[in-house]
Amino acid sequence: MGRLLDNARLSAAIAAARSAQIASRRLKRGGGSTVPGVVARRIDPGVLAKLSRRLPLGSAAITGTNGKTTTTRMVSKILQTAGIRAVNNSTGANLITGVTAALISDSTISGTLASQIGLFEVDEASVPKVAEEAELKILAVLNLFRDQLDRYGELAYTGKVIASAFGDLPQDGSVVLNADDPLVASLGRSAISPVYYGVDEPALDTGRLQHVADSKDCPVCGTALVYETVYMGHVGVYDCTNCDFGRPDLDYRASRVRFDGARGTDFHLDTPHGSLEIRIKLPGLYNVYNALAAATVASEAGVGLEEISRGLREFGGAFGRVERVEAGDREAFLLLIKNPVGFNEILRTFVTGADAKHVLIAINDNHADGRDVSWLWDVDFEMLAEARSEGITNGMRPFTVSGIRAGDMAVRLKYADLPVGDVIPDRKEAIQAALEATPPGETLYVLPTYTAMLEIRKTLSELGYTHPFWEDR
Amino acid sequence: MKLTIHHLYADMMNLYGDRGNVISIRKRCEWRGIPVEVVDVGLGEGVKPTGCDIFLFGGGQDREQALLADDLSGSKGVDLRAIADDGGVILGVCGGYQLMGNSYETPDGEKLPGVGIFDLHTEPRNPDEERLIGNVLVRVRVPETGEEREIVGFENHGGRTRLGDTEPLGEVVAGFGNNGEDGTEGARRLHAYGTYLHGSLLPKNPWLTDQLILSALRRVDDDFDLEALDDAAERSAFASMASRMAGRR
Repeated sequence: MGRLLDNARLSAAIAAARSAQIASRRLKRGGGSTVPGVVARRIDPGVLAKLSRRLPLGSAAITGTNGKTTTTRMVSKILQTAGIRAVNNSTGANLITGVTAALISDSTISGTLASQIGLFEVDEASVPKVAEEAELKILAVLNLFRDQLDRYGELAYTGKVIASAFGDLPQDGSVVLNADDPLVASLGRSAISPVYYGVDEPALDTGRLQHVADSKDCPVCGTALVYETVYMGHVGVYDCTNCDFGRPDLDYRASRVRFDGARGTDFHLDTPHGSLEIRIKLPGLYNVYNALAAATVASEAGVGLEEISRGLREFGGAFGRVERVEAGDREAFLLLIKNPVGFNEILRTFVTGADAKHVLIAINDNHADGRDVSWLWDVDFEMLAEARSEGITNGMRPFTVSGIRAGDMAVRLKYADLPVGDVIPDRKEAIQAALEATPPGETLYVLPTYTAMLEIRKTLSELGYTHPFWEDR
Repeated sequence: MKLTIHHLYADMMNLYGDRGNVISIRKRCEWRGIPVEVVDVGLGEGVKPTGCDIFLFGGGQDREQALLADDLSGSKGVDLRAIADDGGVILGVCGGYQLMGNSYETPDGEKLPGVGIFDLHTEPRNPDEERLIGNVLVRVRVPETGEEREIVGFENHGGRTRLGDTEPLGEVVAGFGNNGEDGTEGARRLHAYGTYLHGSLLPKNPWLTDQLILSALRRVDDDFDLEALDDAAERSAFASMASRMAGRR
C-alpha cells in the first residue's frame, strides 16, 4: 500500500513537472531547464533518489570551476559512441533541480527511464546534495579556481564541501581527481582509492605562476609549493618541500600535446588499459584537460579505449563554450569566458596561431556572470600586448567592447596598452556592428560572459543564424 | 625621481584583482615619464623604503590572514606602523585593510593581532549574517583639496570592521562599507588608507591613484605636480557605475 502510494506520488510529480516544462517552454523561459525539477521536488522530495536508482549503470557527476559542461558533453558523446544511452543535464542547469529535471525528462509518467546511465555536471556547492540523493558511481573534480567567490566564499571551503560527498559513493565507486591541481589532488586524502589524471608535457611550461594563481600553497600544511612545471594558473607539476604532499602518481596521463590553432589539438593518452593517440576539434590546453577528464570518467564507467578515442574525435563542442555559427557569408566563433584562467587560455590560443583579426568582448555582471569584475585585472592582456608589439598578432584589429561592464573592459585594455575599438554596451547593437565590420569570408571571435552570450546568441538567432539552445545539437 | 611600489604578499594576497591597483599606479606614472619599480615583499622579507614609496597591501583568504598576522607580528609590522606615522603612503584593501587595524578575529574565533596603523578591530560575521557583497559607492572628503569626491568599487567580506579613534575613509552612499550598519567605509590616517573596495579600486578611481602618486612624490619634492591625463575611458566607466547605483541611494 505504501509502495503504491509512493509510486502514485512519483507519477504525480512527474506529470506536474511535464506541464510546467511545456508552459515554461511556451513562455520561452530559457528552455525550461530547471522549473520542472522545482515543481516535481515540491510534490515528491524523493523524486531524484527514486528515479536515479532505476538507472542500471548508476550515475556519474562532474564538478569543478572550469570545463564542467564541455567535459560532460564529451563523456556523453563517448557513451553515445559506445551505444550507452545517457541522460544528462545538458543545458547548464547544474543545481539539484536541474539534475532532477533531467531525469524527469528521461522518464515515463510511471517512472520508467529510457537511459542506462546518468551523467551530470554539478555545481560545486550542490555536490553533497546530489551525491546524497542520486546514487553516484563516479564523481570527478576537474579543478578549483577562483570563479564565483561572491557566491561560495573561499576555495578551501569549496574543496571541503566536495570531499564531504565522497562517503556517499559505494565501495566500488570512483573519485576521479585532477592531479595537477593541488587543492583538487589533496581531496584524494579523503577518498578510498582516488583515480588521478594529469598532463606531462614540459614544453607547455609557462615558466611562471600566472597572476590568477589561487592555491600556490600546500593545501595540507600551508608551505609554498615548488613547481617543476606550471601549465596554467596554479595547475602544474608541483611538490611540497615540507610535508609528504605532492602531485600524485597519474593513472591517466596526457603527453605530447600538439596544438593546431583553433582547428584542434592532438595528444598521447596513457591509461591503465593501454595507450593511444587522441585528436580533439577544440583549441587550447584547457580542452586537453577536459578531454583527459572525459576519457578518465568514461574509462572508469567501463567504456573501451577505441570508443573513447572515436567519441572525442567526433565531439564538436558544447553549447556556447566553443561554438561556430555560420553568420551569412561570415563566421562567428563563440568562446564563453568565465574567469581569468579561461580568458588567458583563449588569449594564448590567439597568440599561438588562431589568427584572430576581429574580436568582440562582452562583459556582463549579472549573477550568473559573477557580479564582481575585478578578475578582468587578473587576465594577462599584457601577454597579448607583448605579442602585438613583437608583430605576432599583426592582423588583429582593435577589439570591439560590449556588455554592462563595457566601460571597465575598455579601461582594462587601455592599461594593457591595447587599442580599444568601438565601445558599444548594448549587446545586440554590438554583435551586429562587429559582424558588419568583419569582411565576408572572415571570422569574428566573440568572447562573452555567460549572460552576454545568451543575449548575443539570441540576436544571432533572430538574424536567422542559429537555433535556440534547447534544441540539442 | 623613481617611485617604488612595494606590493606586500603579492604572491599570496592576489584576490579580487589587486594586480589592477599595481597596474594602475605603474601606468599612470609611466604615461607621465615617472620611472616605477615594483618590489614584491613576501613572507619573511622586510620592507625597505626608498624615500618615494607606495605600499600596497591586498586581500587574502582566512588561512592566509593567520600566516600574515604572524609575519607582521615582528619588526615588519613595527616598520609599517612607523612608515604610516611618518606620513608614508599605504593602501590596504580588504584583508590587508583588516590587518592594518588593531585586531582581526577569524571565523574560527582566533584573534589575530594587526599592525595598529588604524584604531579599529574586525569581527567575524555571526552565523545568521551574510557576507557583505556588492557594488559600493562612497563619498570621500579629500583633506588635500577640501573637495568631496566619490569612489566606486566592489566589496566582498564576511568580517565586520568597527572604527575606534580613526576617521573613516568616507561615507557609504550605496553598499555596505565597514560593517553594513554605521554608514562608514574604510579608514584614513595621514596618508594611510584602508578600504573594502576592490574591483579593482584604483583603475576605477584615477583621481585617488593620482593622489597616492602625488603624496609619494611630494615626500621627496614639495613642489612636484602631476600633469593631467586623458581619463575619458575611466570617467565613462565610473559614470556608468555611479549612475547605475544612483537608484540605490
